[in-house]
Amino acid sequence: MLPLRTKGLTVRRKSQHLLGPIDLTLDGAGITVVMGPNGSGKTTLLRALHGIERLSGGTIDWACPAAEAHRHQSFVFQTPILLRRTVAGNLRYPLDLIRAPDRTALVADWAARAGLSDKLQLQAARLSGGERQKLALARALITAPKVLFLDEPCASLDGAATRAIEALLHDAAQSGTRIVIATHDMGQARRLASDAIFLVGGKIAEIGPGILSKPETPALQAFLRGDIL
Amino acid sequence: MNDILDGLIAAFWLVVTLDADLLDISLRSLHVSLSALLIASVIAIPLGTALAVQRFRFRRFVIAVLNALMGLPPVVVGLIVYILLSRSGPFGVLGLLFTPTAMIIAQVIIITPLIASITHQAMRELWAEYHDLLISLNTTKRQRIMTLIVDGRRALLTAALAGFGRAIGEVGAIMIVGGNIDNATRVLTTAIALETGKGDFALALALGFVLIGLALAVNLAIHWLSGTERRGRW
Repeated sequence: MLPLRTKGLTVRRKSQHLLGPIDLTLDGAGITVVMGPNGSGKTTLLRALHGIERLSGGTIDWACPAAEAHRHQSFVFQTPILLRRTVAGNLRYPLDLIRAPDRTALVADWAARAGLSDKLQLQAARLSGGERQKLALARALITAPKVLFLDEPCASLDGAATRAIEALLHDAAQSGTRIVIATHDMGQARRLASDAIFLVGGKIAEIGPGILSKPETPALQAFLRGDIL
Repeated sequence: MNDILDGLIAAFWLVVTLDADLLDISLRSLHVSLSALLIASVIAIPLGTALAVQRFRFRRFVIAVLNALMGLPPVVVGLIVYILLSRSGPFGVLGLLFTPTAMIIAQVIIITPLIASITHQAMRELWAEYHDLLISLNTTKRQRIMTLIVDGRRALLTAALAGFGRAIGEVGAIMIVGGNIDNATRVLTTAIALETGKGDFALALALGFVLIGLALAVNLAIHWLSGTERRGRW
């Protein structure tokens, strides 16, 4: 499925330029962190790569047909979108779509990994913010996707919930899932990143595995210092 | 005031003595309205949901027509169905005029736009909530519609009950296509109209109270069966 290559990737909405042109290659394993100030195009880039944002220009090429690539990837939204079902119902939903075998066992396993075993029969709407995001992540991982996109999944979570989500992400990355995560949190970026992309004004300002330790552009240096951009 | 009191007492006696005529008329009312509700729901729920999910040319026009049809005058529906089913009409050969089937057809035409429109409104909101997730999960259009129907069941129940309320209380169309024939097509509403015409207000009121009780009972039964409040699952 990988590498993923984009060429001249551009997104515009009603004459407003949101992203691009972006040329990048995503390959290998690990966790790519996408950083940048508000409005820099992090969410739009992730949505475009996942195929749920209409492109205004450019191309996205996977190593396999696009339809097949889409079947093997998942997305976790900043505000978790949960079905109006129980925790078990939410976990089971993507498995039902692909008619996976051993659904009940998988649901029990992922509920345990997400620390939700005792809440399987609870309505998802009754979960706390951290639990909701853990459920959304477990639901995204339950089909063992090859690529996982996450849009600031810990934006409004406390330390404990963030730690639990990062543990799940580490496990997923070690199991071979390629992860692309947008974040504002520099600490999280340093803890997770095997490489990073820094966006400014919808364009890549810096990219590479070492940009967090040795930033070259003044914008990224200021961003890492915590200056307001 | 005396009429209302007399009506209440008469209704009470009709119910406690299980009056044969009342039972026959009530069961026919339920049979006609529940049949119409079932058929209309099978048509309207997928239609309203598809309108919320699908984007196609003239979609707004179709929605506007559907909303306009909610206000369809039952008497006009009755008249059109009468003409279609009468001996000289295109479906006259079926011999359906002045039968409960004709009444069901008229009621289906009246309540289908109502159920479809309420369904569309509710499903549009749910679709806005689920849109990104269902697209992200690579669902087919059929899977999206089924997901919305399953997860929006509470709103759909409300839509169905609104349709039932309109059907069980309808009189104009079923009077025309049913003919209010004793032991054949007489239902609670047409019986009330008849008794009022004859000046027997007490009996008309009694039938009215039974009609209200029946509508309430069906609503409560559906809520109970679906476990809406009992299990707190919605």
